[in-house]
Amino acid sequence: MSSISADLNIIMPEIILALAAMAAMLVAVYTGKDKLAPGLVWGTAGLMLVLAIWIVTRSDGATHVAFNGMFHDDAFSRFAKVAILGSAAAILVMSQEYMQRRGLLRFEYPILVALAAVGMMVMVSAGDLMALYMGLELQSLALYVVASLRRDSVKSTEAGLKYFVLGALSSGLLLYGASLVYGYSGSTLFSNIVETAHTGELPVGFLFGLVFVISGLAFKVSAVPFHMWTPDVYEGAPTPITAFFATAPKIAAMALFARVLFDAFGGAVGDWQQVIAMLSLLSMFLGAIAAIGQTNIKRLMAYSSIAHMGYALMGLASGTEFGVQAMLVYMAIYVAMNVGTFAFILMMEKDGQPVTDINALNLYARKEPGRALAMLVLMFSLAGVPPMLGFIGKLYVLRAAYEGGLAWLAVAGVVASVIGAFYYLRIVYYMYFGSDTGEELDRTEAPVLSVFLAASAAAMLLGIVNLFGIEGAAAAAAATLVH
Amino acid sequence: MIGLEHYLTVAATLFVIGIFGIFLNRKNIIILLMSVELILLAVNINLVAFSSYLDDLVGQVFTLFVLTVAAAEAAIGLAILVCFFRNRGTIAVEDANMMKG
Repeated sequence: MSSISADLNIIMPEIILALAAMAAMLVAVYTGKDKLAPGLVWGTAGLMLVLAIWIVTRSDGATHVAFNGMFHDDAFSRFAKVAILGSAAAILVMSQEYMQRRGLLRFEYPILVALAAVGMMVMVSAGDLMALYMGLELQSLALYVVASLRRDSVKSTEAGLKYFVLGALSSGLLLYGASLVYGYSGSTLFSNIVETAHTGELPVGFLFGLVFVISGLAFKVSAVPFHMWTPDVYEGAPTPITAFFATAPKIAAMALFARVLFDAFGGAVGDWQQVIAMLSLLSMFLGAIAAIGQTNIKRLMAYSSIAHMGYALMGLASGTEFGVQAMLVYMAIYVAMNVGTFAFILMMEKDGQPVTDINALNLYARKEPGRALAMLVLMFSLAGVPPMLGFIGKLYVLRAAYEGGLAWLAVAGVVASVIGAFYYLRIVYYMYFGSDTGEELDRTEAPVLSVFLAASAAAMLLGIVNLFGIEGAAAAAAATLVH
Repeated sequence: MIGLEHYLTVAATLFVIGIFGIFLNRKNIIILLMSVELILLAVNINLVAFSSYLDDLVGQVFTLFVLTVAAAEAAIGLAILVCFFRNRGTIAVEDANMMKG
């Protein structure tokens, strides 16, 4: 039996972030309100970075379990938490200037992002269906609000509304599945559920529960056929918030997916493998094909993220330890690419107004050769062109699928990647060889965004040397999850 | 004698009504919110029935969590709906169409 203070010590990072968010809320309401917002943004981002570093430095590499198995602090959750906190901090810093200029920088924004991050940290550490649900809802409720942050805009509130309705539906599916799994296994603890899953012949109710849980989670990672909300929410939400949606929540949802599949349903790999492989296949192809007709770069990035989730799911579908490692490496690379790409999108503006039409990028390289080059590297990387880091990520998941006995899925992944390359390369084509439309983007002074863009592009090139060591960390993380 | 399967049948029926309410409803967004509540109620019936059947309190604890979160979720949903109504002047489902898809 562990004591309560030991339990509290294990979830200390979550407690600190939650308390900081609540204290910030109180202070901001009673004092300067929105005047404090820039300080809060930097403060929250700083706290997240400090917590990320602390999570790494305080760990002894072992697995700690708190609250009778409800909360796991293992290498897997630490990997996901560092990625979540790092990307959330990066997006906060990137968004500060953009939101301030458009009068969007309310003090609720950093607080909601911090609370969403707490929810994500609980999600990736969940060892029980209840902890899973509470973490997921804390994240989702905060995200519904930030999606409609621009409350005087029809598009933003419509995005929030659509996200809310479909998100609530997916939570309902997940919960219904959770209730069936509880009923047929007799426990909500993953460690007990997995024993039922190991018994061989599974009751039909348990399988129904498994399918519902997978559908609910597929909504959260926006895998086809549960992807309908993604393009609309990405388009309608303010761009910094779209950038946030494309990064931290995706890692959290994918890590949660992996945890549920392996921790709770690890004995029933044969039962879920085909379902995940199908989700992966459909996501890759729909993401690659539907993006071709898009001219709005935010919608395009939405379909791009659907396709990328398909590749990450390919790692999970393999059902092996290497598959989980491949998924983690893929997600880390995906987030690094998206931070840079959205830094670029945040800089696209004309007469002070944000522009999202990709036709506005015509001959962009003549005016801003440096930024165009960075974007070229990122687009090549997103498309998976060697020698960029995005290629290494794809190589990982394809190998995992092949070694997991899903060679057909790996072949399909290569085909989808070739189709998807078209729309990434089209952006590069517009920037370098487009026609002169007379419409030119402003020359923006954005030092912070330029730094993120350059760093992300440089990472795509330099990372091929040793992947910045994430390979080893992901391997250790996968080893704690798959037994 | 009313057994577990009766409760599960009622819950499954409510769940299906909720899902159909979301997908077939073309009129009003409030009905969508009611359908979501119906789904959560189905889950609660399931959990309490299983809890009683298994003689295990965890299911009822889970129900309390679900109830609490459902209340918070409804509050946020209505708040977003009010913002949407102020901008758009309608809460008909077919008018939530500024973006295709």
